[in-house]
Amino acid sequence: MDKKSVMQTVAGGGLLDRRLFMKKGLVFSIAAMTADSMAASEHEKSRQPWMRKPGQPFSNYGQPSPHERRTIRWVMANSMAPGNGVSWTPLHDLEGTITPSGLHFERHHNGVPQIDPQHHSLLLHGLVNKPLLFSMEDLLRYPMSSQLCFIECGGNSNAGWRSEPIQTAVGYFHGMASCSEWTGVPLRILLEEAKVKGRAKWLIAEGADAAVMNVSIPLEKALDDCILALYQNGERIRPENGYPLRLIVPGWEGVTHVKWLRRLHLTNRPTMARNETAKYTDLLPDGKARQFSFVMEAKSLITNPSFGHRLERPGLYQISGLAWSGRGRIAKVEVSADGGKSWAEAELQAPVLAKCFTRFRIPWQWNGQKTVLKSRAIDESGYIQPERDALIEQRGRHGYFHYNAIVSWEVSERGEVSHVYA
Amino acid sequence: MFMLEHTQYSRLTALMVRRKAHKIALLFFVLLAAAETAECRQKGPGLGQPAPRALIQAWNLDVFPDGTGLPPGQGDALTGKAIYQRHCQSCHGEEGSGGSAEELAGAAHGLTDEPPDKTIGTYWPYATTLFDFTRRSMPLDAPGSLDNDQIYAVTAYLLYLNGIINQLEVMNASTLAKVKMPNRDGFINVYQQH
Repeated sequence: MDKKSVMQTVAGGGLLDRRLFMKKGLVFSIAAMTADSMAASEHEKSRQPWMRKPGQPFSNYGQPSPHERRTIRWVMANSMAPGNGVSWTPLHDLEGTITPSGLHFERHHNGVPQIDPQHHSLLLHGLVNKPLLFSMEDLLRYPMSSQLCFIECGGNSNAGWRSEPIQTAVGYFHGMASCSEWTGVPLRILLEEAKVKGRAKWLIAEGADAAVMNVSIPLEKALDDCILALYQNGERIRPENGYPLRLIVPGWEGVTHVKWLRRLHLTNRPTMARNETAKYTDLLPDGKARQFSFVMEAKSLITNPSFGHRLERPGLYQISGLAWSGRGRIAKVEVSADGGKSWAEAELQAPVLAKCFTRFRIPWQWNGQKTVLKSRAIDESGYIQPERDALIEQRGRHGYFHYNAIVSWEVSERGEVSHVYA
Repeated sequence: MFMLEHTQYSRLTALMVRRKAHKIALLFFVLLAAAETAECRQKGPGLGQPAPRALIQAWNLDVFPDGTGLPPGQGDALTGKAIYQRHCQSCHGEEGSGGSAEELAGAAHGLTDEPPDKTIGTYWPYATTLFDFTRRSMPLDAPGSLDNDQIYAVTAYLLYLNGIINQLEVMNASTLAKVKMPNRDGFINVYQQH
């Protein structure tokens, strides 16, 4: 393969063909380059300490390497009420699309209940012909299905509304979003068993936490793709993610995915709970507020390089990031390495699933000059992630929720990465 | 039943099209679909137990803007002030502002000002929500510890602090549902705009 032709840029700022790393010739040439720096290492001539004695015995439940102890959820809670707050997924330290369960973001209003599943039931009542009560044992006998989907808090990325760009790691800015494989009983099955009355239009879901959180969800969504999840990433859901039962509402804002679910109330109207009136509504400049703005619109961000990373020297890098859309599949992610003047299409990691994190990657030849990196997602509905100015033009500055503008990272001549509005 | 049946019918139609795509008259087709619906319902495990009425009543905390779900009981602002000072003030501040938790009252300006000031008085569209949220979630350190009279009273105090009712008005299932909040018409249902 002709190396020179492969290395031709496809857009300004040094963006290369998205499939470059898949082309064998280049993979070998990169390997040759990096091998140089390690070649004469003394380590290769003798055994490292861990090669000179038997390793650790088996463990009953695995833990990450102690060398990765800084890959953690950052907790931001009220010291007066530690159960009221947020913990953030460290997106800047992760790759691929699945969030490890122990790093899934949390938003709790009054702590994590420690629920004994033998003393937990699900009540289904209201506008149904047969009000029903299910034990967890009952639910585990139902036919299940799995869905890989993201959950994003409606308030994620809200620092983006600020007038000055916040300088913080990408996960601690946009990390109220995570992605898991959720497995459980399709809600439709239980609704059919209870025989929903024709007047029913909404479903009020309620948790068994100390805040007894509740939220109203249109019935058509409940019948479409909602899951009563019992498992997350193959194991029973962890307490902080809703053990023993969580409602999964694919593509919709996090507050609808009610944790510690214990009651579903079929009604002909929403209850107008605090979290669907006073919170999770988006104030517009004219003083009116958007309500029931459930869908999380298409969004993307470059996670590597991002704030806190440093490029050691000019040369070849991989730009990698995440994209998702509550409306369906990601159709395309475009990346710019010249502040939005030109864009190149990134490679999407297969499979590309609806309402799920999608990993994008593109190789980049950095020439050592100051530049701005951006990514923008386009979903299968044709929705294009907006520039920040366009979002603010439409929503004003005080919507607080549903911030999904294009994120811009400035790379300085020294290789330092900072967050900019550009 | 229209929405449910319509959705089921669409799914079954798709199924039938796949199974018997050739030469089926429309009437016959509909009859088959109906038979299939009944059969599907029987195929479910059917493990749900009939829910006792008393359990539903005990668990059902939902309160609606028209007052549905509000329990018996009553209270006024004067009574509510003492309850507020004892259970709420340490987080929400004196008279509903200045604490570590969200501002409940005392907005200095409105929703179109810079920055907008969101309180119960300027932002919350329904007074019933105040009772509902207080009953299900507050006080943070002992949720569920206040009785209905106390919750009506604290609700009355917060409405009074926001200048919505006077100090002597009694809040109960009937009067609370009739309180018109200043921002009642401030919301656009963007879901049903689709």
